[in-house]
Amino acid sequence: MEYTGDPAGPAAYLDAATASPLHPVTREALLAALEDGWADPARLYAAGRRAQQLSDAARAAFAEALGVRADEVSFWPSGTAAAQAAVLGGLAGRARKGDTLVHSAIEHSAVLHAAARGKAAEVGVDRLGRLDLDAWERAVAAPGVALASLISASHEVGTVQPVAAAAAYCAEAGVPLFVDAAQSVGRADVPPGWSLLSASAHKWGGPPGVGVLVVRKGVRWISPYPQDDLYRPGTPGSVDLPAVVAAAASLRAVRAEAKAEAVRLSALVDRIRARVPELVPDVEVVGDPEQRLPHLVTFSCLYVDGEALLHALDRAGFAVSSGSSCTASTLRPSHVLEAMGVLSHGNVRVSLHRGTTEADVDRFLAVLPGLVETIRRAAGM
Amino acid sequence: MIELDCLGQKCPLPVIKLARTIGRVEVGGIVRVLADDPAAANDIPAWCRMKKQEYVGSPAANTFDVRRLS
Repeated sequence: MEYTGDPAGPAAYLDAATASPLHPVTREALLAALEDGWADPARLYAAGRRAQQLSDAARAAFAEALGVRADEVSFWPSGTAAAQAAVLGGLAGRARKGDTLVHSAIEHSAVLHAAARGKAAEVGVDRLGRLDLDAWERAVAAPGVALASLISASHEVGTVQPVAAAAAYCAEAGVPLFVDAAQSVGRADVPPGWSLLSASAHKWGGPPGVGVLVVRKGVRWISPYPQDDLYRPGTPGSVDLPAVVAAAASLRAVRAEAKAEAVRLSALVDRIRARVPELVPDVEVVGDPEQRLPHLVTFSCLYVDGEALLHALDRAGFAVSSGSSCTASTLRPSHVLEAMGVLSHGNVRVSLHRGTTEADVDRFLAVLPGLVETIRRAAGM
Repeated sequence: MIELDCLGQKCPLPVIKLARTIGRVEVGGIVRVLADDPAAANDIPAWCRMKKQEYVGSPAANTFDVRRLS
C-alpha cells in the first residue's frame, strides 16, 4: 500500500541557512547561460570568447555587489571550498610572518577543519554568541599570527559579529582578516576592513555548487593546490560557468529585494522569538535578539531529543535543522552552542527565505507545541 | 547526596533524570550526575541556569554536581 503522509497543511521549507530555494532569476539565468557557458573561456576561438564574455560579466557583477575589483573575485565549487582556500592560502601567503590562525569559536566547521591543519588560537563568545573583542585584540596582536578568521554572522544562531571592530584590531596588528560571509552576502552588507571574504551562492537563492572568494589587492595568497600559470586565486580546473552566471544574476536580484525582505523576515523571526517561549514551556531562544540576521532564529527545548523533534516536524511538513548532538555525524553537540554555553539538546534552527509566508510561520507555531509535548511525554516528562 | 548513574546514556536523558531527581534532595542538597555523553558538560550547567538551580562544578571527569536551590 502506498504510504501517504498527513501534513497539517502545505509543506514549508524553513532551512534557508543550509540552502535557499532557487530565486526565479537563478533558473532563468542558468538556462540562458547554458547556451554559451559550456565552452572554455581561456580558448582563443569564438566559442571561448563568448564564454569569456559571460565570465567577465559575472565577475563584474560580483565586484559591484561586493564593492571590490573584478580581478579580486574568484569562483570555487562551494562555499566550503572557498572558505578553506581562504584560510589555507592566506596562511601560506604569510608563512614568513607566522604560522598561527586566530579564529572565533563559532566559525563554520569548514574553517575549523582547515584550522586543524596547523596552529590555531580560538577566541570565545558570550552567551549571546558575540565575539569577545578584548580577547580578539590580544590574540591578533600576539607574535606569530599569520591570519585571523571571523564569520560575519553565526550560521547557527544568527548573531551578527563586530566585523568592523575586529578588522580594526587586525589592521593595528598588521594581520589580514578573512570573513566567512556565507550567511550575510545577499542579505546585508559586510562592513569593510577585511582582506579575504568568502560566500556561497545557494545561501542566497543562487545555484548550489558556486563559492566565491575575494582576495583584496596587496594580500599575499598562495594556492594550497598545484597552481596553474595564471598566478591568480582560483580553483584548479574549470568552474561551472553557467552556474556562476546564475549566481551573479541572482545576487543582483536578491540584493535589489534585500532591504524589503529583511524587514518582512525579521518581523516573522520576531514573532517566532516571542511566541515560542509563550507556547512551549522550558524553551531557551538563543542568539542576540537585536544584532542578528534577519531570517534566522534558533531555540532549544529542554528534555527533547533534537533528532526526534526534527523527524516529527518533517512528518508535519516542516524542514528545519538542528545543532543537537544526536543530529550530527560526530554525535557531538554544536561547537557554536557549546561556545555560548546554551542548551544544546532539543535544538531547532528555523531559517526563512523569500518564499516563506506569514501562514507558514503561524502553522509552524501551531504545530510545534504539540510535537514537543508528545516527545516530552514519551520521555516521562 | 544522590548519585545518578547516567553513563552510556545520550542527552537529553541525563538532564531528564536530573530534573526528575532534584526534588528528592532537600533544598541545599546535591545531586551528582555521572554522564559521559559529550553534551552533558554543556547541558547540565545550562539546565541549572534555566531552572534556577546551582551548578556546583565537575569534581572529576564525567561527574557533575548540582545543588538544589528551590
